[in-house]
Amino acid sequence: MKREDDFQQRRSTVKDLSDEQLEKRFWELTDQVVSPLCELAKGHTSPSIERSVLLRMGFSSLEAKQIVQNCSKYGLLGKGAGHVVLRFAQKRNLPYREAGLILAEGREWDQAAAIFGKEGPA
Amino acid sequence: MKLTPEQKLLPEEILKDLDQYRPRRKGWTWRQPAAENDAEIGPFKYQQVSESLKKSIPLPAAKSFGGIDPQPDCVITSEIASGRFEDDLRRMRMVAWHGADHIMVIRTAGQSHFDGLIEGTPEGIGGVPISRKQVRATRKALDLIEDEVGRPLNFHSYISGVAGPEIAVLFAEEGVNGAHQDPQYNVLYRNVNMYRSFVDAAVAKKLMLSADILQIDGAHNANATAREAWKVMPELLVQHAINCRYSELVGMPRENIALSTVPPTAPPAPAIRIDLPYTVALRQLFKDFKMRAQMNTKYMESCTREVTVTHTLNLLLSRLTSADIQSTITPDEGRNVPWHYNSVHAVNTARQSLVGLDGIKEMVHLNMEGELGHKVRELKERAVLFLEETLETGGYFAAVDQGFFVDSGFYPERNGDGIKRDPAGGVASDSIVPRDEDYYAPVCHHFGYNNLPDSPAEHSSPCAPIDGCTLCRPEKIVYIDELDPEDNAAKRLEESKPYRNEALKPEAEWAGDGIVTMTLLLPVSADMAEYGALDMARRMNLEDIEVINIQQMHPSEGTLVEMKGRAGFSLDPNEIEIPHKEVPLSEDEIRQAVEKRPLTVVAGTVGEDEHSVGMREILDIKHGGLEGFGISCHYLGTSVPVEKMVDAAVELAADAILISTIITHNDAHRQSMRKLNQVSREKGLRDKLILIAGGTQVTNEMAMDEGLDRGFGRGTKGLDVASFLVKKMDMVDTSRES
Repeated sequence: MKREDDFQQRRSTVKDLSDEQLEKRFWELTDQVVSPLCELAKGHTSPSIERSVLLRMGFSSLEAKQIVQNCSKYGLLGKGAGHVVLRFAQKRNLPYREAGLILAEGREWDQAAAIFGKEGPA
Repeated sequence: MKLTPEQKLLPEEILKDLDQYRPRRKGWTWRQPAAENDAEIGPFKYQQVSESLKKSIPLPAAKSFGGIDPQPDCVITSEIASGRFEDDLRRMRMVAWHGADHIMVIRTAGQSHFDGLIEGTPEGIGGVPISRKQVRATRKALDLIEDEVGRPLNFHSYISGVAGPEIAVLFAEEGVNGAHQDPQYNVLYRNVNMYRSFVDAAVAKKLMLSADILQIDGAHNANATAREAWKVMPELLVQHAINCRYSELVGMPRENIALSTVPPTAPPAPAIRIDLPYTVALRQLFKDFKMRAQMNTKYMESCTREVTVTHTLNLLLSRLTSADIQSTITPDEGRNVPWHYNSVHAVNTARQSLVGLDGIKEMVHLNMEGELGHKVRELKERAVLFLEETLETGGYFAAVDQGFFVDSGFYPERNGDGIKRDPAGGVASDSIVPRDEDYYAPVCHHFGYNNLPDSPAEHSSPCAPIDGCTLCRPEKIVYIDELDPEDNAAKRLEESKPYRNEALKPEAEWAGDGIVTMTLLLPVSADMAEYGALDMARRMNLEDIEVINIQQMHPSEGTLVEMKGRAGFSLDPNEIEIPHKEVPLSEDEIRQAVEKRPLTVVAGTVGEDEHSVGMREILDIKHGGLEGFGISCHYLGTSVPVEKMVDAAVELAADAILISTIITHNDAHRQSMRKLNQVSREKGLRDKLILIAGGTQVTNEMAMDEGLDRGFGRGTKGLDVASFLVKKMDMVDTSRES
């Protein structure tokens, strides 16, 4: 889009504001722009976020990558990758690290998916 | 392990037992202001300085002020990344000795799009691959260096790209102190999908907060990208605001959020008149946030002098307004990946200018009544209008889709050349997933919806069900050493080992790179000069020759050519002959000798030389000169004919003649020395007089060549001359020399 500089006409909405009011308006508008972005973030996750959870749980970057890839494959990312590992560990009655290593090797994913009511890859 | 100034930092030592290394602190550190308001350093009082360093190399002119090294109040950045982090560690030590305390490590090209963490220490391009091993080794080296210089060093890199949250975990775990984080950077410059960028950014920011990592935004990139960079100022205010507010919503306090700001123009534009209103507008709108003043790179050409002047003007802006972090750009960035000594030069440009402008606001006020105030207001209004239209368009994502950002029009003017991104497109598009109702992440410092179990015991900490996450129990971190058996630091260190120990080669960025520069003025046109210079460098046996700067002095009279090449040879350090250094007598020894046997000297500058400062320092009692040792000094003034010097020596029965000669034009300095010897001989006095010459370009060898007894060059003190006189007169035992 091309447009001539129409600042003089447009500024009618702001020209009478005091400096303080102008700055207030700047931040109010910013809030309106940013709030929906923050809401989006609260309710969503991503492969990188889930890998970051697994790193914090004490998995290596290589292990985290494998687990998250399979979470995506089985439609489990929305459950949380760490959650998947924990529930699988409970089911197998194993320490979660050991359970996670099984999943990192690409094994027993059907069982993991079944815990969340999923059958096979999404 | 401890560093001592005489010992080189050994990367091999840093890499040892790295799997066991833990950072000793987390979080950002600001400089401590000097204890009192008007800090006294040497002969001066300062208003904007921080605590002095334990070890440092002062600015060159400090010699004239008792060797003082006042450190500015703000943190000073050095951006370092040559592609080989093991060589960067040594450069970090160099810049820390010159006053840098924010070490910003640039990432290798392409890491933004790497879907996960890089492990090991592969070589990078234009930066280093940021991996756990690299980060940990760098932090370990910086811990040693900060002990050496006596000031905490902040380590910084980037939390952007498609692996932001993971990198944020890594940085929080490994004690990285600062990071760039701005989802808009991903969207605009790295074409990462916009939803993904913002969703990831929130988690990354929350993790940064957990380790008190200072955040720097990415808005300054619009300056470097927009076709007419000075016109994107209204939009820049908006970009800063979006990242600032987004970070605050995630929980970051304002003192952890820094704006990366760049003066948008450079001379020959009337830079200050355009840049200052923008600088002021930013500081008014973003009061409690931190300001990271970056320097302009957009207009950098290959002349390092031109770049340095632009950067000095940038520093003037910092002092006329404020800067919490003063970033530096190396003067050679327009030529190559920055070199060691240019990193040091860049830090010194900042240190020198900031100290030179100390307290300027006490004397100079910004006049907000006229053009400045008017322009500040206009920028803010234009930014508000930008936000209004963003909302009318449907919000941030829609505005990016319509090319609102980095348009070279002065908003609301639009030139239609902004960066457009498709909300459904970009790298890692379609990769975010809604969190289900039972979404659960059993870790600390996780942003967003988290269906934590509600049993009271497990509620104590989100990571209780896993018996602690790595941020609480770092021993759970899994350390990967190397993945590639060939492309790693150990292999490179093996190859470069000779050049760090047994063989001496010039070095610009990597051990043993052999890079030298050469500056020539060729009295011909630019075309001919360029090819002539290349031919000359070839004849000097340089390899990989490139012209790095070419500037017309006149269309036909002359062209300046700067070139780089590689020296194909190395030296054995053991075979380098270093002339022995004389140990001067002590002040007391000299005084006692002169008491017993008084000494008289005549002195002056000779020829047509009016430079008397050096000579006065050698003589003057205030500067520790000869007078202070009881030596009778007869200063004859400047431009004294040599004959007159000798006549005066006869008249005063002097023991020595001291001449000072600075001008070297047509070998004037050598001629004066030669003449002094000749005239003394002609008058039959040579054996009775000690003849000494001094000057910045004088060497002892040169003076001896011309028949004098001694030459003194740059850095000579009165003590050195007095000691020589006493020894020469056989007034004390002269056997102690090293």
